[in-house]
Amino acid sequence: MTQMAISPPAAASEDPRDRGGPAQPMLIVDGIRKYFPIRAGVLNRTVAEVKAVDDISFYVVKGETLGIVGESGCGKSTLARLLMHLIDRDDGHLILDGDLVGEETGVPLDGLRRALQMVFQDSYSSLNPRLPIEQSIAYGPKVQGASSKVAKAQARALMEKVGLKANLFAQRYPHELSGGQKQRVNIARALALDPRLLILDEAVSALDKSVEAQVLNLLEDLKRQLNLTYIFISHDLHVVRYISDRVLVMYLGQVVEIGPVDKIYEDPQHPYTQALLACRLSMDPEERVEAAPLAGDPPNPVNPPSGCRFHTRCPFMEDVCMSKAPSLGDVLRSSAQDHLAACHMVHPGSGHSRAPLAVRA
Amino acid sequence: MTDAVANSLAVAPSQSAPTARVRSYWGGVWQRLRYDYVTLFCIALIILIVLSAVFAPWLAPFDPYKSSMANRLRPIGYKQFLLGTDEQGRDMLSRLLYGGRVSLLMGIVPVILATVIGGLFGVVAGYYGRKVNMGIMRTMDIFFAFPSVLLAVAISGSLGGGITNQMLTLTVVLIPPICRVAETATSQVRNMDFVDAARATGASTTSILFTHVLINVMSPVLVYASTLVSISIILASGLSFLGLGVSPPTADWGLMLSTLRQSIYVQPLVSAIPGVAILVTSIAFNLVSDGLRQAMDVKA
Repeated sequence: MTQMAISPPAAASEDPRDRGGPAQPMLIVDGIRKYFPIRAGVLNRTVAEVKAVDDISFYVVKGETLGIVGESGCGKSTLARLLMHLIDRDDGHLILDGDLVGEETGVPLDGLRRALQMVFQDSYSSLNPRLPIEQSIAYGPKVQGASSKVAKAQARALMEKVGLKANLFAQRYPHELSGGQKQRVNIARALALDPRLLILDEAVSALDKSVEAQVLNLLEDLKRQLNLTYIFISHDLHVVRYISDRVLVMYLGQVVEIGPVDKIYEDPQHPYTQALLACRLSMDPEERVEAAPLAGDPPNPVNPPSGCRFHTRCPFMEDVCMSKAPSLGDVLRSSAQDHLAACHMVHPGSGHSRAPLAVRA
Repeated sequence: MTDAVANSLAVAPSQSAPTARVRSYWGGVWQRLRYDYVTLFCIALIILIVLSAVFAPWLAPFDPYKSSMANRLRPIGYKQFLLGTDEQGRDMLSRLLYGGRVSLLMGIVPVILATVIGGLFGVVAGYYGRKVNMGIMRTMDIFFAFPSVLLAVAISGSLGGGITNQMLTLTVVLIPPICRVAETATSQVRNMDFVDAARATGASTTSILFTHVLINVMSPVLVYASTLVSISIILASGLSFLGLGVSPPTADWGLMLSTLRQSIYVQPLVSAIPGVAILVTSIAFNLVSDGLRQAMDVKA
């Protein structure tokens, strides 16, 4: 795979696992798509499709944290599972450190599995209730061919690394741990295969605030120590701002805005992002959020609105929004510093009254 | 239990740190079972019944097949006949001990076979889902459509009598319910995130099934199977009673009950003895499975 012309921040240090060089993004997602069929009737025919992830493209630079935000049901978790190959994609490509994944040429799935790991949201169901946590962590290395003694030693070392005393916890069962401890075990298990990119799917959302802060600090430390790259999926905008370098905003299976964290939070371009940010609770009791900026549920992804998918809830909706879908622009060719939004109000000459004037050549 | 402080990532591995007591899953089950006296009593009872059946040739005071016209239908405690004699003058105690061999075999062997076969089908159906599930479970539903006794009679009738055929019949009858339990348990486990996490490590399906699925499916299946032991004994007795199982003069609790039926007005107590044996054995198995279910359920 050829290198893409982008200018990422210089990677901190050379990594021996690096194949594509520091400028090559860790992961390039190109036009990925997943429609879930809805079957009905006697013959179980497909009557409709849920467009869970609809033509999403982005890349993750080595060593950065990419935050992914959006409402519940916008396809964040489906996207995570697609990246992990836990569900098959309908269309699109994944390029891991310069190599196409899962096709005849390029890295085999096994290589992806070692480089990409995931921390699940639900710490209760993500650990086998019948296995001591040491065995849960050691399972991955064992699968990849390590002897059970080596795998166990590795599991114990990882437990210490995530702040769990191995000789106190190794033999315990998941129901004997608190939520925060379980999430640490989950992180240790994800790290057991020495991955380069960690997908954190709502990894701290179920924890109380003090434990959440501990786990976030742990993640920051691990990232520095192990030279990791994160995709951090969350609905908590404060947490995403704290941990992310860049943010990607999703709405109904599509990317509506992507850019560096400060640009997104200081100057959101897309009305959806603006509304999301307005929903954040303030520390100041004088600044209460009295009315919800976004009313109602998102539209049905089975039958998404025509044109811009946000037009049904957008305060700036005009005729052009109903007929023409705004494009985000070529994300894969843009720089990591670029701030892109899929809104007619941003694109010159789109026909929206608030759009900037077209630049005449 | 508080979380260790996150900032101190490098936890000093102090030698004096207390080590958690290692207790395996089965160790935990035993800990809970230890104080469940009803279950322990029933386990002891079952062991006693099994041992008495195994050592029947040494324990039985008489030959169970030797009849005596002079001593027909004697009451309990008559001379040397501790439990009386049956309609052909054979010693009831000896026949009961020998009959336990056949009846326990009928209770345990078909259940083990059905657990292995039905469990396998159930796990496969539950794990793969969709068409595989449809194929397997709809086939099981066909068997479910018949009442179990009727199904047993039908299969047994077409296969003919004999111990082997009777066991085969019972196995076929017991497979669908076990398969259903295994399928339900598997499809619940299958959707848990830890299965996805295991898939994400690149593990093969067999490895996932054995390490992650089977261990979680085992306890509901084992508990359910243990309730089937008593059902199997009763079904086997019913088949023998109808003349579709073992044939006379073989000693079998169901068959004894059947042949002593005519004598119920002459010696009601003696006629009831094989029934009592079936009752006690099946209640013991049921109580043990109840206790096991409680002991094996560790979702705290």
